[in-house]
Amino acid sequence: MNNIVGLFRKSRNVLEKGGITPVVEEKMRCPSCKSYETKRAVAKNKMVCPNCGHHYRIGARTRVKALFDRDSFQELFANIATVDPLEFPGYAEKMERGRAVSGETEGVLCGTAAIRRQPCAVFIMEPQFMMGSMGSVVGEKIARLFEYAEENQLPVVGFTASGGARMQEGILSLMQMAKVSGTVGKHGENGGLYITVLTDPTTGGVTASFAMLGDIILSEPKATIGFAGRRVVEQTTKKKLPEDFQSAEFLLQHGFVDVIVPRNEMRQTLERLLRQHGGKGAML
Amino acid sequence: MRAYERLQAARDAERPTARAYIERLFSERTELHGDRKYADDPAVIGGIGLLGEIPVTFIGIERGRNLEERIQCRFGCPMPEGYRKALRLMKQAEKFSRPVICFVDTSGAFCGEDAEERGQGQAIADNLMQMMALKTPIITIVIGEGGSGGALGLSVANRVYMLENAVFSVISPEGCASILWEDAKLAADAAECLHITAEDMTEFGVAEDMIPEDFAHFSRMCESLKERLVLDLKGYSRTPGEKLAEERYQRFRKLGRWAE
Repeated sequence: MNNIVGLFRKSRNVLEKGGITPVVEEKMRCPSCKSYETKRAVAKNKMVCPNCGHHYRIGARTRVKALFDRDSFQELFANIATVDPLEFPGYAEKMERGRAVSGETEGVLCGTAAIRRQPCAVFIMEPQFMMGSMGSVVGEKIARLFEYAEENQLPVVGFTASGGARMQEGILSLMQMAKVSGTVGKHGENGGLYITVLTDPTTGGVTASFAMLGDIILSEPKATIGFAGRRVVEQTTKKKLPEDFQSAEFLLQHGFVDVIVPRNEMRQTLERLLRQHGGKGAML
Repeated sequence: MRAYERLQAARDAERPTARAYIERLFSERTELHGDRKYADDPAVIGGIGLLGEIPVTFIGIERGRNLEERIQCRFGCPMPEGYRKALRLMKQAEKFSRPVICFVDTSGAFCGEDAEERGQGQAIADNLMQMMALKTPIITIVIGEGGSGGALGLSVANRVYMLENAVFSVISPEGCASILWEDAKLAADAAECLHITAEDMTEFGVAEDMIPEDFAHFSRMCESLKERLVLDLKGYSRTPGEKLAEERYQRFRKLGRWAE
């Protein structure tokens, strides 16, 4: 395996851009098992708690480094920029904060990459950018990625992480759900493979569109996946919900997820599936 | 009228529900039931009828006309089986080359434990993708509230009409106000900011046209709506199914605003 540990060891600068600060012995406390581990140990383990397996949320660029063959990722559509179509109060400031926190210009990163030499088109949603919410730009970038993949006969691997449609662009955000679903359909009609990887959190309008449309739907363990928010459901039904409600495991049990794949097995799982679909599109 | 007043009008309990339009517009109706997978959702009604002389499939989100009906159909909030029923009827319409007419009126897809267990998100997603490729004309009329993904699940159409006071929104203004400003009482401001009116929809390209309301003369209003629909369907009658699907796809493909 193209060793990820080696990658992490190699360049501190690259890592810092990706959001992980490997100050060598500084400790972090796992929110799940409460154990203390060094940041380095957690980072080495692809931001998964070495003690209990808790998967930390990670930024899109960090995922690129953890998953794809070195230097294989070529970004696409980075030139598509957000406007504020409704002049929504506070939107410009929220965008600014999103940029500062995530280092990205929008809520999704698109491009082409290789996983153990298997080429694919990829989109990775950025949970640190306005909670990966989908406005016009997120929708347009993902739609173009499916068109690009269709043209170039590439499979699409998509990592979802989103609070849903972005309120600040109103109805235009909602319409992205239909738009992207349409491009997913076209890519699929022409025999294109689409694998979705649900990560924490995948909710609202993203769940109700392209997240649930993969030919194969994988999920990271314990990811929250749902349509309506847990709190909204509790308020509506006045009922206490089970602990595992809307977890990846809950969805698996109810038949909406194919496989739960821990982060450190994701690379080999994706490689295997891509290869078994004939490596369609060896033209990367 | 301000956006919030329109929203109030759209939610008015006295406003005609989907069933009223269906009864006025279509003759020789057979209502069909069930998604063939789990259940029949009373919040989504559908069937076959004649629009003038044209056989069509009609589908509507029904809020209920009295309290008993409203409780039964959860005040017009469909379950996953409602969306699956709608899709079943649409695929059936495609098979027999019947146009589909949808009536949208919902505050949103139902929020509940059972809805999540049965895949509310998956059901809507499937409708979006399948409707986009349907090889028969689809016309959607938003007759009241167009609430978020739950409304979109029946709105992937070749043409969308909005009643004069109907609204279409990504989130309820109450929800938006409580998330952004932690105060649901600011819903009126949120409604303004969200741009939810029929005029807004035609401006964004989300709707083709606005239909004047005249509930005092409801049968007259439906008569003119019927004429409009017949004219639309006649216009589509010579268009091949693939072209209809492609036109629908292009209609949605261009939606959104960004800079390059």
